[in-house]
Parts: sequence; C-alpha cells; structure tokens
Amino acid sequence: MEKELIHLSHISKSFGGKVILDDLDLVIHENEFVTLLGPSGCGKTTTLRILAGFETPDKGSVIFEGRDITNLPPNKRQLNTVFQNYALFTHMNVADNIAFGLKIKKQPKSYIDDKIAYALKLVGLEGFENRSVSHLSGGQQQRIAIARAIVNEPRVLLLDEPLGALDLKLRQDMQYELIRMKNELSITFLYVTHDQQEALTMSDTIVVMNQGYIQQMGSPEAIYNEPENAFVADFIGDSNLFPGVFVRDELVTIDGVPFPCVDKGFGKDVPVDIVIRPEDVELVEKERGTISGVVTEIIFKGIHYEMCVEANGREWVSLSTRPHLVGEEVGIYVDPFNIQVMNKPESEDEEAVSTT
Amino acid sequence: MKKKTNGLKKLYIGLIFVFMYAPIALLIIQSFNKSKSRGRWGGFTLQWYASLFQDASIGEAFTNTILLALLSSVISVVLGTMACICIGRMKKQTRTLMMGITNIPMLNADIVTGVSFMLLFLTLRIQFGFGTILLAHITFNIPYVILSVMPRYRELNPHIYEAALDLGASPAYAFFHTVLPEIMPAILSGGLMAFTMSIDDFIITHFTAGAGVHTLSTKIYSEVKLGIKPEMYALSAMIFITVLVLLCLVNRVQGDLDLKAKEARA
Repeated sequence: MEKELIHLSHISKSFGGKVILDDLDLVIHENEFVTLLGPSGCGKTTTLRILAGFETPDKGSVIFEGRDITNLPPNKRQLNTVFQNYALFTHMNVADNIAFGLKIKKQPKSYIDDKIAYALKLVGLEGFENRSVSHLSGGQQQRIAIARAIVNEPRVLLLDEPLGALDLKLRQDMQYELIRMKNELSITFLYVTHDQQEALTMSDTIVVMNQGYIQQMGSPEAIYNEPENAFVADFIGDSNLFPGVFVRDELVTIDGVPFPCVDKGFGKDVPVDIVIRPEDVELVEKERGTISGVVTEIIFKGIHYEMCVEANGREWVSLSTRPHLVGEEVGIYVDPFNIQVMNKPESEDEEAVSTT
Repeated sequence: MKKKTNGLKKLYIGLIFVFMYAPIALLIIQSFNKSKSRGRWGGFTLQWYASLFQDASIGEAFTNTILLALLSSVISVVLGTMACICIGRMKKQTRTLMMGITNIPMLNADIVTGVSFMLLFLTLRIQFGFGTILLAHITFNIPYVILSVMPRYRELNPHIYEAALDLGASPAYAFFHTVLPEIMPAILSGGLMAFTMSIDDFIITHFTAGAGVHTLSTKIYSEVKLGIKPEMYALSAMIFITVLVLLCLVNRVQGDLDLKAKEARA
C-alpha cells in the first residue's frame, strides 16, 4: 500500500441540529481511487466538502501529509474539485476556464498554453480552446470541468457525482475515461457517488456510508462478496437478504431449513442476517435442491434471466442463463462458499436498510 | 367574416396607439412650430432648440439631471447588488419578507414618497439641495436594481464561487472574476433602469430639491407655471427621446440576457 496522504480524523458535522457525520475516520493513500458510496443524505458529499475546505467540521481534524489543514481555506489547499453540475464559468471560453487557476498562480503564458493543450488532449477535446462553454454538451462540459481541475496538478482530485447528469452510455464511457486519466496522472481520486455500479467499476477502495457512518470499507470484491452488514449487502447489488440462525460453525438455517456454509465463530444458535447473491442461487431439479419452490416470475434481462422462486413462503431471486417456466417446481441449491453470514445490526443506525 | 374581425382588431390597436402617443407626437410637432400660437402651423424651425441651448439656467438643470442620474444609478447599483447577494443567501421566509419590503417603495405613490422625504429631511434639519435629491433618488432606485439583479443572482450556479476558490482564487478575486461577470448583464440593465427612473422623476425631486436647485423636470414645471414657452416643448421632447432610447437599451440588454440564459440551458 502506498503511503498515507489524507487522514480525516474523528470528524463530526451537524447542520441545524441534524447530524450529518458522526465521528467519521477515514484514511486515504497516495495514488488511490477511493469512492464514497451511499444513498443521498448519507454524508458523502459533506465529507468531500470538508476535505475541499468548503465546510468546517464541528469536531475532528483533516490531516494532509501529516499537516493539520482543518482551518485552511479552500484556495490554499492542494486539492481540486470537479463539481456535480460542472460549475463552469459561462462568461469565459473553454481556454479561459481551464487557465483560471494557472492565471491566479501567475504562470507564464507559454506554460499556460501548453497546459491547456495537454489538458484538452487528456480529456479528448483537442481544438476546443475558443468554444463557448454554454454551447458544449453535458459530457463535454464535464470534461472541461475535469481539465480545469487537473491543470493545477492537484495532489488529490475530488469528484462529486460527476457523471450524475449524463445518460447511461456516456456515463459508462466516462467511467473508463476516468480510470485512464487516473492512471495517466497518477494522483489520488476521491469520488462521490450513489451508483454502486460506478463504484465497483472504478474504485481501488469503496467506502460505503449511511447516515453519517462508514458501514464498510474495502476493495470492490470484498464489499460485493463479503458485505459486513445487511445495509451494505442490500445497497451493493441485488441480493437475497434473509433472517437466519447460526446453528454452529459451518451451518445455518433459513426458515428452519439447514444450509451448510463456510463461516465460523458467530456462536451457537445465534440469530444472524444471511445474504446470497442472486447469481449464486442455483435452480436445479426438485430432488437435488436443498429446498424446493415454485417459479412465480421470469424477466428477460439480456445477458440472463431474472427469476423469482417462492419457497417456504419466502421469495428467492435467481439469475441464470437457463430459463424456467412460471409455475415450474424447482430445487434451490447454494454453494456453502456463497452464503454470507452477517451479524444482526446492534444499533438503529446500522439498521437503516429501508432508506435506500 | 374573418376579414371583418381582423379589420376591427387593427382599428382597436390603432386607436390605443393614437391615444397613447398622440399627445407626445403633438408635443414633438409643436417643438418645431415657428408660430408661438399653438393653433397655427407657422413653418418648421429649430429656433426653440437653439434658444434652449443658450439658456444658462436650463444648461445648469441639464447638468444636474445627468449628474443626479449618473451618481444615483451608480451608487444604487453598488448598494442594490450587495443587497441581492445578502438577500439571495437568506432562508426562504426571510428572503420573501425582505423582497416584499424592498418592493414597497416601487409601488408607493411618488407623492407620498416625496412628502415623506421632505418631512424626514426637515426633521433631521438637513439642508435641501443637490444632496437631498441625490439621497432620495438613490433610495427609490435601489428596488429597481434589486428587481433586475435578483433573478439572475438566484439563477447563478452557487458552485461557481466555490469553484473559483477551489482553483486558488481569494474570496475577493473569486467574486470579481466569476460571480460579478456572470451577473453583469443584469447589473447593467438595472443601472440603466435606475438612470432612466432618475431622469424621469419629477414629484420626488420637486419635494426634496429646495430653492434654487433644478433638474430638467422641475425646471419645466416652474417655467410652465409662468406661461408656456415653446422652448419647453423642445425640452420635453428631448427628455422623451432620451428616456425612450434608454428604455430601448434596457430591453436590448435584457433580451441578450434571456438569450444567453436560454443558450446556457440548451
């Protein structure tokens, strides 16, 4: 792991009595692509704004390379932000927008011109110097906003839902573009989004937030495959989320039906939450399944079919390339490795699954 | 049938315009009438305009009018814009209240505004003169500036200022290089509006001027009291034309503004 660059240390922030962040602690490393992921109101944008310097935390401190910058104004920080709605200066053309930060630093004209050309090349808009920004499309404006930020050679680029206003196809293209830019610039990206697909595609580290708390932090694979609680499981991807009982090591029951698993150490006969990804719910012949049920719905999704199966009065969602007819009796089998056991939430804050 | 209603429509519009503009047209025609008698056309002349420009007291009134309009519009633009920025950041309830309060002077009858200014200056024992007129003009101009600047300021992306800070600008630099240029068209149009209002005003000036200081409008009034001279037609015609040109300018600036806003949204 690269060396520590930013430490948000025990940050708390309230607005008008409403707690937005509660004792948040987050470390970001150099050259890392970190995504803050969560539903709206989870505190992710506030975290970014505290780091950028637009908000001051009520408690806690912002450490940048070992230096406390909590009270440093935004114009003195080595970070640049790409805003959700671009915030381009509409009375300037593209080149003047990009040159804004460099002119403040009183860089020589030749340097500025080189930088503008480089930045426009990086974002794929060569030759756009003299265009008026109000005549650009949303995607192009987004690229200019990125160019305007990166010419200042920030140590960290903060991106606040930058793709939120773009259509799906463009959004997917921009995800790859961002990864490419990140690799070319080799700087740290802190990305804020509520789109789990975006987070999974681009990040080195995902920080799942809800109601001002960090719910889980880890690599996209870890977050997806081993969610630590029901909120994370529910927020990241579709999942089958069931209450169950942890009978003993490597055995759980769902609605009284025993399922072997690989988890250990939750105790004996402890109520737990169990998450099974739909792609891990295998529909087999009735006799071979752990339990059996009836297909109630089938939807064609392109790559696969999404099927709902009712078993013991509970609905299981299964993804498969092999369709089953509605009304067909099927067996349900889950590989022990794909059963993820989680502790029941201890506090109300963690139990905010329904807020999505 | 269709043709007939169309004819009626045109006649109606024609009548409206005649009633609206006939008096002014008459005034302008009379200002070129050689004959001093209003009932008779004595041939075309520019002599009334010529004697107007030779009259020192009218020259002085002209200087006063322009100076007042300039100073009051510039000062009210500065104050009005600052007010917009503060009001724009208020919570919705306070903002609505503040906007209501600032709009009252615009709706208030000029005569009431004028008399209350006179009372206020008398109470405070302020010497009547150019200064009191200026104060009054600034006061009644501010709402027009706010009315023009406020919508544009509220429309402004709040992140523009933050983006400038983020790129290293000091708060002052960020304001003067990003926020101000973005709302400049609205400020200009508000300023022109204020300038026009100031030139246009008679009643409030009349009550706050005191003895000896005249603007063009109070000058015309005092001259007309003594007996109508054709020079006054010429003067009135010139004021009308000036205000007309200014109003066209205001509309032009606002038109450009709307166009720009449309483009930005597109």
